[in-house]
Amino acid sequence: MRGDDVAQEPMVELVGVSKHFGHHQVLYDVDLTVQRGETLCVIGPSGSGKSTMLRCINHLEVISAGQVRVDGNLIGYRLRPDGRLHELHHRRAAEQRLGIGMVFQHFNLFPHMTALENVTLGPIKAKGVKRSVIEPYACELLQRVGLGDKFDAYPSQLSGGQQQRVAIARAMAMRPPLILFDEPTSALDPELVGEVLDVMKDLARTGGITLIVVTHEMGFAREVADSVVFMDAGRIIEDGTPAEVLGNPQHERTRAFLAAVLH
Amino acid sequence: MSMSTKLRTNRPPVRADVVPLRHWGRGAFAAVVAIVVVVIANSLATNPNIEWSVVGDYLFDDNILRGLRKTLEMTVLGTIFGTALAVAIAVMRLSPSKIVSGTAAAYAFFFRGIPLIVLLILIGNLGLFFKNFTIAIPFTDITFWSRPVREVMNPFRASVLGLSLAGSGYMSEIVRGGLLAVGRGQHEAAKAIGLTSGKTLRHIVLPQALRVIVPPLGNELISMLKASAIVSVIAGGDLLTVALGISGRNFRTIEMLLVATIWYLLVIVVLSIGQYFVERKVAER
Repeated sequence: MRGDDVAQEPMVELVGVSKHFGHHQVLYDVDLTVQRGETLCVIGPSGSGKSTMLRCINHLEVISAGQVRVDGNLIGYRLRPDGRLHELHHRRAAEQRLGIGMVFQHFNLFPHMTALENVTLGPIKAKGVKRSVIEPYACELLQRVGLGDKFDAYPSQLSGGQQQRVAIARAMAMRPPLILFDEPTSALDPELVGEVLDVMKDLARTGGITLIVVTHEMGFAREVADSVVFMDAGRIIEDGTPAEVLGNPQHERTRAFLAAVLH
Repeated sequence: MSMSTKLRTNRPPVRADVVPLRHWGRGAFAAVVAIVVVVIANSLATNPNIEWSVVGDYLFDDNILRGLRKTLEMTVLGTIFGTALAVAIAVMRLSPSKIVSGTAAAYAFFFRGIPLIVLLILIGNLGLFFKNFTIAIPFTDITFWSRPVREVMNPFRASVLGLSLAGSGYMSEIVRGGLLAVGRGQHEAAKAIGLTSGKTLRHIVLPQALRVIVPPLGNELISMLKASAIVSVIAGGDLLTVALGISGRNFRTIEMLLVATIWYLLVIVVLSIGQYFVERKVAER
């Protein structure tokens, strides 16, 4: 259920979220609040649980304990009058994802569809929007990410950077208030990273959309993020503005990590 | 001493004609192969025990053509029903429920394991161990529809059923392989844009699995055509049944088998050409 004063609800709220795969625990009691329109960068060593935390937000991973709220709504569960959390039917879970875009490390474009078809598929098949309505908007989005001449290209005909920009347009086509980025530039050749980051900067500066970005791009975090959290071993160790976390880290582990990546 | 990398060389290029290597052994072997082929062809063409005129007489015989039609019908129906069953079984095998996936695995094991000839004889004689086909609520007396097996089953239907079941066992493995070839990332990307699992299967997984599934499915169609000859054991009315039936009257067994052989090979040529174009179409993109 939506809260009364929607504007006051944070966009994303994690309360006491834990996650384990079998006996292996990857998230320990994570609390996180992301405000509307905010750009949050999540940094930390690999295996620290950054991606898992991100994937819990749109219920790609089922959390083991705690609660995730997006826009005030519990994700994956419903609190029934009996006072217990009931797991949502997978169709309801799919509906919740309509409002949460996601961009993956390996792009995960649909290889049997053109760039334009990739972008329009979600609105048409998941939201039931008419093709004639969504196509002009999809073209506009592809133009915005600099692919105005690639509407009919298949993913295999595009470079990694171009594919990732199509993936960003695909996420935006759903007009989600929130987009999750899971290491969007980690699989790219170094010379292609910039073009993807530029698109993301454009998104962050236009405002209105909340972005959560798991990244190793410290320059991007410093320049674009409103806040940064540092994760290690399944816990959020430190959070604050980029200047605080990146410029003046309080914890030894944050300092060690930054020293290793920035050196 | 230090070595410096040089981008230029001072050695002038050799200017001379190039003599290709002669493959004497390859030429000799080709000659041997050609001779063997000619000898075999000649022994067939001039064999006094084969009357080619009889083959010619019966090639377009009405009964033969009727049998050919039955063969094609049961191959096509067997492939259609077999593929539909195979997709269902393959999806069931990927179910998280152990009962569902286990049943599907047992199904595939049984119908892949049992020889087609045994399966066909069993189905052809279904009336011996089941009296009626019945649609009812199990373990109650409520019955919606019931007919004696002997009325419902005829050799043609039994043949189609047998070919479908046997084919579905193999094809479910092909389809499963195709479904598994579609990576986890594709499922996640589909989920992330809010597609339900049914829509993900239809719009994302199956179209991609098709590229993996179609080529072996074409082979399966061709083997089903050949396997359909086995239905002659239950007098399925197919090409071979008819050919053997005629040979029983005119005692020209070899000639009638050659008539059937020519038709089988002709159909396979047509199917192979079709397969080539379908594969090329699917492999695009």
